[in-house]
Amino acid sequence: MSNWPTLTVLVFFPVAACLVLPAVRGDRAVRVFALAVGMAELVLALPLLSFDLSVAGYQFQEHAAWVPQWGLNYHLGLDGISLLMVLLTVLLLPLCVLCSWSYISRRVKEFHVSLMLMTSACIGVFVALDFVLFYIFWEAMLVPMFLLIAVWGGPERRYASLKFFLYTLAGSTLLLVAMVAFYLAGGTFSIPELSAKSYPYGFQCWTFLAMAFAFAIKVPMFPFHTWLPAAHVEAPTAGSVLLASVLLKMGAYGFLRFCLPLTPAASAAFAPMMIAISIASILYGGFVALGQRDMKKLIAYSSVAHMGFVTLGIFLFSLHGLQGALMVMLNHGITTGGLFMLVGCIYERSHSREIGKNLGLGKYLPAYMGFFGLFALSSLGFPGTNSFVGEALVMIGAFAVNPWVGAAIVPGVMLGAAYMLRLGQKLAWGAPTEAARWRDLNVREWLYFAPLAVLVIYIGLAPGLTLRAMDPTLGRVLAEFRRPGAVAAVTEPAAPIAGTRTAALVPAPAAR
Amino acid sequence: MESTITILLPEIVQTAIVGALFLLSVTRPGSDAPLPARKAWLPVAAWVAVAAAAFNLSAQGLLFGQAYQVDGLSQFFKLAVALGFAIAVLNGSAQPTLEPGQRADYFLLLALSALGLMLLASAVELVTIYLALELSSYSLYALIPMRHRDSRAIEAGIKYILFGAAATALSLFGLAYILADQHSSYVAVLAARPWSWAAAPLGVVGLTLFMAGFFYKLALFPFHFWAPDVYDGASNETAAYAATLPKLGAVVVLIRLAAMLTPGVQVTTVLAVLGAASMTFGNLAALTQQDIKRMLGYSSVAHAGYVTVGLVAGSAAGMAAAGFYSLVYVLMNLTCFWVICRLSADGRNLTLSDLDGLHRRAPVLAFVLAVAALALVGLPPTAGFMGKLFLLSAAWDRGYDWLVVVAALNTAVSIYYYLNLIRHAYTVDPAGEAPPSAAPGGAWWGGALAAALLILGAMPAPVYRWAEAAGRQLMPR
Repeated sequence: MSNWPTLTVLVFFPVAACLVLPAVRGDRAVRVFALAVGMAELVLALPLLSFDLSVAGYQFQEHAAWVPQWGLNYHLGLDGISLLMVLLTVLLLPLCVLCSWSYISRRVKEFHVSLMLMTSACIGVFVALDFVLFYIFWEAMLVPMFLLIAVWGGPERRYASLKFFLYTLAGSTLLLVAMVAFYLAGGTFSIPELSAKSYPYGFQCWTFLAMAFAFAIKVPMFPFHTWLPAAHVEAPTAGSVLLASVLLKMGAYGFLRFCLPLTPAASAAFAPMMIAISIASILYGGFVALGQRDMKKLIAYSSVAHMGFVTLGIFLFSLHGLQGALMVMLNHGITTGGLFMLVGCIYERSHSREIGKNLGLGKYLPAYMGFFGLFALSSLGFPGTNSFVGEALVMIGAFAVNPWVGAAIVPGVMLGAAYMLRLGQKLAWGAPTEAARWRDLNVREWLYFAPLAVLVIYIGLAPGLTLRAMDPTLGRVLAEFRRPGAVAAVTEPAAPIAGTRTAALVPAPAAR
Repeated sequence: MESTITILLPEIVQTAIVGALFLLSVTRPGSDAPLPARKAWLPVAAWVAVAAAAFNLSAQGLLFGQAYQVDGLSQFFKLAVALGFAIAVLNGSAQPTLEPGQRADYFLLLALSALGLMLLASAVELVTIYLALELSSYSLYALIPMRHRDSRAIEAGIKYILFGAAATALSLFGLAYILADQHSSYVAVLAARPWSWAAAPLGVVGLTLFMAGFFYKLALFPFHFWAPDVYDGASNETAAYAATLPKLGAVVVLIRLAAMLTPGVQVTTVLAVLGAASMTFGNLAALTQQDIKRMLGYSSVAHAGYVTVGLVAGSAAGMAAAGFYSLVYVLMNLTCFWVICRLSADGRNLTLSDLDGLHRRAPVLAFVLAVAALALVGLPPTAGFMGKLFLLSAAWDRGYDWLVVVAALNTAVSIYYYLNLIRHAYTVDPAGEAPPSAAPGGAWWGGALAAALLILGAMPAPVYRWAEAAGRQLMPR
């Protein structure tokens, strides 16, 4: 087993399955095939269970020369952060297939191709240890997501899909420039090697801003969030689930993987700004969610608030903050994914996402409402559910750093309770309009809610294993962030962007 | 002399093709002999030329009174030209808008133009460069209007020739200045001379003017005005050729000339500014186009700008990146045109709405178009991304960082109109009457082109190696 390329197989198995898919005839056969691929992917992920929880470095590494002239390597690896994200992504593929079983009725084959390509690209982002490879996966996921929204989306799908694409691409072009700059300053595209080097302060500042711009759009953070509600509302259920559970995490993952280790001094310098924006995201997302009539829009704005907790936790630079951030990333993926599936589920019955048209489900759809209640409680961070762990850790970290920061997010937590309870209350006890005629969950729907519900309770009650998986890695990230001599000596004033002779500024650039 | 013959193998094969076509058009005027679908020898001959160019990739030599250099750079570009010519022949073999009986003449001119470009790749003496440029241009002047009963094609032809004549006149004028100032027309000699404004003002003016002729070929701002109109007026198949191969000729000469320029010299700055203006203008103008060929016309203006990013780097890596990018550019544009030519069965110009619902009518062509569009944007995992990455990496830290940033931002602008192609092909369902259905066949070659773009994007190393060797040979320092 030691030579088995676990990660390569995980990344490329769905792509390979896409090549076979054209030979499958009939919509039902395509669905069954996609489900089988999803289950097989889960099986292929089993070797990851041998992950050594005590090791801080990268495991399951694979290394091959790719474009030697430019020092590009095919380099994959997994640490505690990416392990959790990869497991989440792998788990979601079969669930997405299941929740689209009757929701998607046209162009079924193309839909599942997009879904599988998405999965491949997402796993690729989390395991790539070469900057260019990371960027390739990062961009490769745009097109399938664009198609998911633009082909199978709601009435405003063209606007929403285009906005999604333009926003994300605009951000990532600057990431490309930063990547090139790092290559010339550090002499390599390898992320672990780049993380070990030091860069001049001015260089750090502008590369931090370029990368933060890309990641902030992806997260999304407050002023750059406007693509998210549009995309979420128009996307089909599976698209919303992937968007919320995986795509948004990539922004936060980028902050953890690139901003903190590569530009520690700039991260510290810009931390007040990032913390302010995070708090703004939490409060703004909460307030706007309070006023929504569309269930999906409400959950979309709640995502903005939750992701605010993530970025806040990251820029506290404490172990508790980072633990909390990663926990919220994971739990938001589980909980919000579940909520979007629930919305899709009721949409198939009522053909509306208006809260007012889905009232009074408690009496007629008890199982549905039971799941909804659980995920809603989790979303507002109720003790005993998974989200509580993350939010509590972020709050502990925030109060430890500065009581004012901690105090500022308390209203955000209360807002979360307000909008979620309001939604749950109306759905459960409102005067039913048509709910009497709808049937409760069928077996297939049970199948895709149950695993998420189990995770909600399991992580809520016993977060120990999850924390143990991430702690060594987070310790390493913090050590990289705090390492002495993180700022290279500047021999001449560093001018931003134009005319920067970065190579001259770095004391000992590696041989190119 | 045995060595000379082997060194010149690609040119000899191409000349043989030209000769055979010439004989054919003279002895049997009005016959469509070379290319009725079945007994077509021309595509085979064109692929022989590709094989010859590939076989000769590592040939070296300095011939004809040191005016003609066979080196890594020239052989790389000859291979690219041969490849482009072969695809253009396949693409043009079933032209609906070509007057019956003109086939031999048409392909004679096409082959002659490609031969001119091959000669251009090796020319290292300014007058030789000029002559090779004219050989490729004059054939093209005659090709553009060859669109059956379409007055726009004639208009396009006139625009092309007037613009071309003016630009080449500038070029010749510049050549005279260079000769007067530097007393030599050999690139190797000129490279050793200083090219700063203080040392050789007349030479700098002359060089800038001389380059103008190639800016025109490249459709670099402000010499780009012909591109959208000519693409629009010329038949789809001719536009496919005119949009791609002549750019190769321009790039190779600019690479040779740019090897003389170190960053910071005034001429380089001019080039960088023109490049930035070109990409910005091209992308902005393309945003509003409805006609696909006009859109591609403006897109080619933008791409001309991208290539200059490699040229101004003034390093071996920059030259290699520019060479690699122009090869990729030819491939992705030909792929795009391939789909257009297959879709336009009656040879008319397509608008974006003609692509509606393409995924249902012709799923393979829709996929091929999507790959080509993504490559043109420069999105991974296509060759377009790798090309752009090499360009940006090469130019960074060479004193033109602002140009790299401008190029990156331009990518974000350009995504809108390239994405339009995909949007119409995949997400819009046709309203009202059904748009023209795709001509049968052609899916295989289209698929092969798309596969080439994807493979070159995933594994650029083998091809890039040649470009790199060419660049290093040119600038060993």
